[in-house]
Amino acid sequence: MTTTEIPAPTARPKRPTAAPKRRPKREREGAAWVFLSPWVLGACVLTLLPMAVSLYLSFTDYNLFDPPRWIGLRNYTQMFTEDPRYWRSVVTTLTYVVIAVPLQLALALVVALALKSMKSGKAFYRSAFYAPSLLGASMSIALVWRAVFNDGGTVDNLVGNGGWVNKPGWSLVAVALLTVWQFGAPMVIFLAGLQQIPAELYEAAAVDGAGKWRQFMSITVPMLSPVLFFNLVLQTIQAFQVFTPAFAISGGRGGPADSTLVYTLYLYDRGFVASHMGYASAMAWVLLLVIGAVTAVLFRTSRSWVFYASEGDR
Amino acid sequence: MTAISATTDRKPVRWGRIALHLGCLAALLVVLYPLVWLLATSLKPADEVITSLNLLPSHVEWSNYKTALDGVNDVSIWRLLSNSLLIAGGAVLGNVISCSLAAYAFARLRFRFRGPLFAFMIATIMLPHHAVLIPQYIIFNQLGLVNTYWPLILPKFLATEAFFVFLIVQFMRGLPRELEEAARIDGCGPFRSFFQIVLPLTRPALITTAIFTFIWTWNDFFTQLIYLFDPQKFTLTLALSSFVDSSSQSAFGPMFAMSVIALLPIVLFFLAFQRFLVEGMASSGLKG
Repeated sequence: MTTTEIPAPTARPKRPTAAPKRRPKREREGAAWVFLSPWVLGACVLTLLPMAVSLYLSFTDYNLFDPPRWIGLRNYTQMFTEDPRYWRSVVTTLTYVVIAVPLQLALALVVALALKSMKSGKAFYRSAFYAPSLLGASMSIALVWRAVFNDGGTVDNLVGNGGWVNKPGWSLVAVALLTVWQFGAPMVIFLAGLQQIPAELYEAAAVDGAGKWRQFMSITVPMLSPVLFFNLVLQTIQAFQVFTPAFAISGGRGGPADSTLVYTLYLYDRGFVASHMGYASAMAWVLLLVIGAVTAVLFRTSRSWVFYASEGDR
Repeated sequence: MTAISATTDRKPVRWGRIALHLGCLAALLVVLYPLVWLLATSLKPADEVITSLNLLPSHVEWSNYKTALDGVNDVSIWRLLSNSLLIAGGAVLGNVISCSLAAYAFARLRFRFRGPLFAFMIATIMLPHHAVLIPQYIIFNQLGLVNTYWPLILPKFLATEAFFVFLIVQFMRGLPRELEEAARIDGCGPFRSFFQIVLPLTRPALITTAIFTFIWTWNDFFTQLIYLFDPQKFTLTLALSSFVDSSSQSAFGPMFAMSVIALLPIVLFFLAFQRFLVEGMASSGLKG
């Protein structure tokens, strides 16, 4: 079915005269491409080609029905200079990332540290705290969130400010809290990282008279920094692409007053609601470049704070 | 296993431990609250859903579930469920097959450009989905496949979810090579070696892949939202979303009953495979 498109050299030379040492090598190279063929096809047709196409479309006016019309940089100039909603979505997304990611990671780290030294019940807590990470991306939970943070919902009853979902200043916080709620996945990764720190380090430090805080700052933090970095990159990239909770909490509109209009929601609105595929493609490319740039910056700064105990232990 | 035995003074440890458990229990209450709320609301009578401040219903109202079973927009819930299952099942099959094939090549076979291709594969893990979404949509639109399940399932058979390729590669790299080498000396080619030696040993990673694929596909909203518009082809997720738009607050009970039904497969998977999921997640972060 899908594995049929194979580069040429699959026919096995069956002649016994071929040198016995060379044949298997050739065969293995051919075999490798057979194994790779679905991935190669997918990478070309569903990744590289679409990227090229969307780059082209970003310079056109295209509505899916009429052929694309080349308009040069107009999409980009319109985006950056004439579209306040675009900037609104950029600011909203950045605000969301800055609130959600640090809070989520801090909570994950605190809980992981608490669980690390626990003798009984660790596995139970670990699983229980992890569950939201599996459930949280669902529409069901997003709807719960909308109701709990709505007028007359639980949060309204507790805080009494009339429900965050309807308040432009607070609605995004409700979305961010849904992300924070899913701290289990990074927590599990932190916990695994903590357990890999050799106990001798702590013992040696204790013998040398280092207190708990000193041990934490001088052993735990540096030894855990690669895992922290991994979580930071992963969660940041994911946070930039948040969609479902913002869609569900605002009923798909990004309201109130565009306060939950995150980038991908606006992209969806431009591309699939308003049929401005060219404009949406330009937005997608800017998102790609921004995520690439943010990742690059994180990697660059990581040199000064991420500590790798053993180089290349692979 | 690696218990930290730094200080073993009796008293502070015990008090600390009690405080720790209390803190964790308190956190657990907050974390589980939305789930309890969901379950409770799905059983509340209509007049209590918005007005009552009590978390628990005054009496259990099963009729919400009855209404939910009727479905949305004249599509029965069984239809929605089987649609969701079909997509998730297809995705699982596709990911397990295509990702394990590619992973074997990256982990064990030599071929030209292996290094650059591997780096490219890793890079696509970080690639935002939205960067390729619109052209993919246009391609499937040209092929007349919009409003079918092909755009949701076919990409999985082409190993587009590189995260799983990476996960399986990491697992395969940890397997001992001796068996394969012995088999090769006995004249076993890469195909037999893959199917008879490596694949059976890779089972844990394949199960992790299958479960995560199922859950992610089951929860997915964006792709389904753009590709499916015929209510007969809707999934549970899409139906839930349209439920919100079309109904007043009086339908809250049935809506949350349906939400519970939509979460049920994930909860069951979680309860059955929590070890696999938690360990799978943990190991993905350490070897990067």
